[in-house]
Amino acid sequence: MSDSLGENTLTKTSPEGRSRSGGGAVTAPPPVRRGRRKGPDWRKHAEIALLSGPAVLMFLAFVIFPVIMAAYYGFYRWKGFGPPTEFVGFDNYLAIFRDSTFHDALLHNGFIVVMSLVLQGPAAIALALLLNQRMRGRSLVRVLIFVPYVVSEVIVGTGWSLMLRTTGAFNALLENIGLESLQVDWLANPDVALWSLMMIITWKYIGFAVILFLAGLQSIPEELFEAAAIDGASYWQIQRRITLPLLGPTIRIWAFLSIIGSMQLFDLVYIIWGQYVAATAGTSTMATYMVVNGRNAGNYGFGNAVAVVLFLISLVVALVYQRYVLRRDTEGALTEGKKK
Amino acid sequence: MTYLIAFFFVGICIGPVAYIVIGGFRSNSQIIRDPAGFPSPWEGTNYLSVLQSEIFWRQMGNSAISALATTAGVVVLGVMASYVLARYEFKGRTALYSLFAAGLMFPMTVAITPLYILVRELGLMNSLPGIILPQIAFALPTTIIILVPFLRAIPKELEEAAAIDGASRLGFFFRMVVPLSLPGVITTGILAFIASWNSYMLPLFILNDETAYTLPLGVQAFAAQYSVDTARVLAFTSLSMIPALIFFSLFERRIVGGLTGAVKG
Repeated sequence: MSDSLGENTLTKTSPEGRSRSGGGAVTAPPPVRRGRRKGPDWRKHAEIALLSGPAVLMFLAFVIFPVIMAAYYGFYRWKGFGPPTEFVGFDNYLAIFRDSTFHDALLHNGFIVVMSLVLQGPAAIALALLLNQRMRGRSLVRVLIFVPYVVSEVIVGTGWSLMLRTTGAFNALLENIGLESLQVDWLANPDVALWSLMMIITWKYIGFAVILFLAGLQSIPEELFEAAAIDGASYWQIQRRITLPLLGPTIRIWAFLSIIGSMQLFDLVYIIWGQYVAATAGTSTMATYMVVNGRNAGNYGFGNAVAVVLFLISLVVALVYQRYVLRRDTEGALTEGKKK
Repeated sequence: MTYLIAFFFVGICIGPVAYIVIGGFRSNSQIIRDPAGFPSPWEGTNYLSVLQSEIFWRQMGNSAISALATTAGVVVLGVMASYVLARYEFKGRTALYSLFAAGLMFPMTVAITPLYILVRELGLMNSLPGIILPQIAFALPTTIIILVPFLRAIPKELEEAAAIDGASRLGFFFRMVVPLSLPGVITTGILAFIASWNSYMLPLFILNDETAYTLPLGVQAFAAQYSVDTARVLAFTSLSMIPALIFFSLFERRIVGGLTGAVKG
């Protein structure tokens, strides 16, 4: 359905783009056979336009355009109806940077970024090494550890908030095994809530890390391990000298995904703590701050300014990370792409 | 030892999910008496009452329609665009690839407010196309990044052979590329399906009418509405995760395989 829609819109696009951002919408009516006399080059470009045009249009319309509009709306005080008229310059941004609840949210995001890497990374590598050994039921184990990742945030949030409330299963479990002293209000106590969130995040996303690392491990040629074993290397030497370095690219990509995900965290916090409690329980994130103070408060201009801040922070982190960490991994891909 | 750790880890992963599923078989008085216990006796009434409610099936239908439409759209558009990026030589190919790759850095969170306004202007509020179209667009970057290495791996000789046999480039695309890239396509299709099935933020903004809700919103609304009826909330919740779980377990091998390809490429 969306396919034919894309093709229809394609014919309406104005001739441009080939020189600008490259081959998205090329200056061609839909390719029909009669264009043959212009030679294969013409046809090639028509095919490129026909095949990539719909995707490019969808992407520009629903991803790039809104992101640009966010930057535009961010300069206005705007309630979301009619065209924005009240230009306020950088007022929204100043308000954000002066708001201490935003500082809190930013701190929480930083905490989540660091702790996600620290808690999930080593554990996931260890588990992947463990599960990469020949063992019975390995494929079943792989399915089961991926289950939390597949289950939706809403279900995770609903389930965990039922378990973690004071009269919930978690405290009852502690009582049953004689650890009553550890019982706390896991969700409302500001000293604990952020750690509860970390526990839920780790539980939900560690399976993804393990699966990714397992996939990375399986792409390491078996011969390397055999050769090392013949040379008398111990199991730990092999892991340290061969497996970990070769797993490097996978680990770096996982860390990248994890950092970006932690910066944008919204669903779990909003579902478990709702729009009012997150700030007092100390689990608010930049994204929940954005939704609460933007859309829910009806201040669309302000919400968009928060989105821009969130985006710029993520972008800077991503660029720094790519520049200094991912560079060696992507070098090959880029040079290959540059071939003309 | 290995088995012990693996068993322990699996237990942690499955425990909370099992709590939801098994908790649905208990009654509220059982849950209040011992929140962490097993059902005794097992009660099917919660599940039955959810299965008989019209709203559950309506929301299940909405989720299914939007997930299937999103998947179809992503796969069709993604394969076509990836084919161009993988196998055509043209100016600006790198730029086009970078454009999509940059999309990985625009998660929906950043664009959600203007996206909501855009969908409102298009008159698609409270309708499933209002969430399907943005979901397709936002799933394209991952899809393309996974698929391009797959398509590039198809040997050039195959294309030459097809050309000698008189197939055009497009003919080659439909007869050879589409079948050969099926593993990658299935991987990306499943990822898109699960992402759509679980998607929360976009429906939260776009769908305000309970009859248009997808299951994630439905679960949340149900949990708020019947907050005292924990057992029924658990039953509703566990029923709503079944389709994604089935879909995933059917194709688990493909997903892992697809990720391997993406990581290598």
